[in-house]
Amino acid sequence: MPVVETKDIVKSFGEVVALDGVSISFPSGIVYGLLGPNGAGKTTLIRILTTLLKADSGSALVAGIDVKEDPVGVRHRIGLAGQFAAVDTFLTGRENVEMVGRLYNLSRGEAGARAEEVLERIGLIWAADRPVRTYSGGMRRRLDLAASMVGRPEVLFLDEPTTGIDPGSRLDLWDLIEEMVKGGTTLLLTTQYLDEADRLADRIGVIDQGRLIAEGTGDELKARLGGDVVEIHTDEVDLLAAAEALARVAGDLPTVEGRSLSIPAPDGPRTLTAVVRELDSSSVVPVDIALRKPTLDDVFLTLTGHRAEEHPDETEAVGTTADGGARKARP
Amino acid sequence: MSTITTPRRGVGLADAVAHTAVITRRNVLRLARIPQLVLFSTVQPVMFLVLFNYVFGGAIAIGGGSGDYINWLIPGILVQSAVFGATATALGLTEDLGTGVIDRFRSLPMARSAVLTGRTLADLVRNTFVITLMLVVGYLMGWRFEQGFGKMALGVAISLLFGFAFSWVMASIGLAAKTPEAAQSAGFLPIFPFVFASSVFVPTAAMPDWLRVFADNQPVTVIANAVRSLMIAEHDLAALGLDQGSLIVQSMLWIAGIIAVFGFLAVRQYKRAVG
Repeated sequence: MPVVETKDIVKSFGEVVALDGVSISFPSGIVYGLLGPNGAGKTTLIRILTTLLKADSGSALVAGIDVKEDPVGVRHRIGLAGQFAAVDTFLTGRENVEMVGRLYNLSRGEAGARAEEVLERIGLIWAADRPVRTYSGGMRRRLDLAASMVGRPEVLFLDEPTTGIDPGSRLDLWDLIEEMVKGGTTLLLTTQYLDEADRLADRIGVIDQGRLIAEGTGDELKARLGGDVVEIHTDEVDLLAAAEALARVAGDLPTVEGRSLSIPAPDGPRTLTAVVRELDSSSVVPVDIALRKPTLDDVFLTLTGHRAEEHPDETEAVGTTADGGARKARP
Repeated sequence: MSTITTPRRGVGLADAVAHTAVITRRNVLRLARIPQLVLFSTVQPVMFLVLFNYVFGGAIAIGGGSGDYINWLIPGILVQSAVFGATATALGLTEDLGTGVIDRFRSLPMARSAVLTGRTLADLVRNTFVITLMLVVGYLMGWRFEQGFGKMALGVAISLLFGFAFSWVMASIGLAAKTPEAAQSAGFLPIFPFVFASSVFVPTAAMPDWLRVFADNQPVTVIANAVRSLMIAEHDLAALGLDQGSLIVQSMLWIAGIIAVFGFLAVRQYKRAVG
């Protein structure tokens, strides 16, 4: 039985359609990653599933309970760590977590014991009695995570858990989340980062402009992208020659973005070597050349024909291929 | 399956009370940890007390009164501080909205009313502290309560209750304003006419007719006069036109009415602000 199941969720804010018929479903014991750019509707979906917001239409079951019919029942079974660390900076870490326990109707003693346990697990026990305003951003996120675990939730919702924290803390948080998952926690997390979804999620749903546009494991999604990409930057004068050289290697026109050109690199370094050879024989010296992993941008480019950060209308001038694939250079 | 037979649950009254206590404690703890909050909310009323007494005191003749201006002023300024202090409710709520703390609360199986009630009660605690301090300063400046401790305490209680009621006004304004900056300015808008066009600082008799009609019939005057009728010498009451019994009844009605109306509005605004 799915632990989270939504059907055709629609939600508008005035003229803006935030969710346009989203259906997702996943079983307990897995990590579901909702991947999408800013404004894709990720947070709106989380807010609906955690009873903070009512959908205009459609249905949502969390742990078998309808979020509209019995929101309090749902709240007993979930934990939420929102986009901002919702912790009280003037209380200590322990006081923050204990307060949440008390709001779950735990007695003073139980709340204290549970706080100790959760803070231990989250690796913050050493700072438990310090006021939160002395915590770093990463520590605040951890504490927020601790607070969301107090009620032993069946499903944990993490809204962009690593947005806005430094790379080191990000890796620590990933370790922590992986550990929680090993303990059997079911997780729905949203993220703007492909690497984050790839590392943490068993299944990834790609969301854009309020619609789920693809779903699958990280490997499945990357297979649709064709893996690595060779990207070169050239001077204006070499652009055409470079495009021809790349086309000879790829057997298809390269993707063009200003003075940067890219082609899929199914053979990794071998494709790169081939590109270098072709460029050399055309006497093109690129400003920069690199073999790189696909990014969220590439996923979006492939799936939607527009970049994650820009409005689709702005990309129309460049055009998309019929299969919804990447923009190609026009001959 | 158990999930299908799970009954629809609300939150019981006993739990709601417990949750309110938890949130109140959290807000009071915050106050205790942020000394500048308490400091500034104390300095301002004390400054008003000193300024009004020494700047205006000599120039204001209280008709029929035998006492000093300070005895007229203290009951009024208690009410004024309680009302000014209520703006903290609007600020606190908008702050919690902004930081996501309220989202956290709403995702928990707790009584929703506890967030608002816990805030207004915490502000009542702070107001109690501020008003106690003002009484001490007032005493040092020559204020005397002339009808015994019991009646003075009742007067203080009325001004605190009015501050609590006004916290609900400020809660609905804050939730409508949404940001602390907007709440700050929006909150003071209704405060100035109500506090200054009243008997808080001067008797209303000297005001032009049109203003006096408003001043005599609005809650701040009623509350200030009720508190006054419990603190100044009994033989002055008639000359000042203060009917203690009637004023206390009117005060209670105003307080109950404001809490009922603005409690309802605040809860409605709360649902909208977070929905």
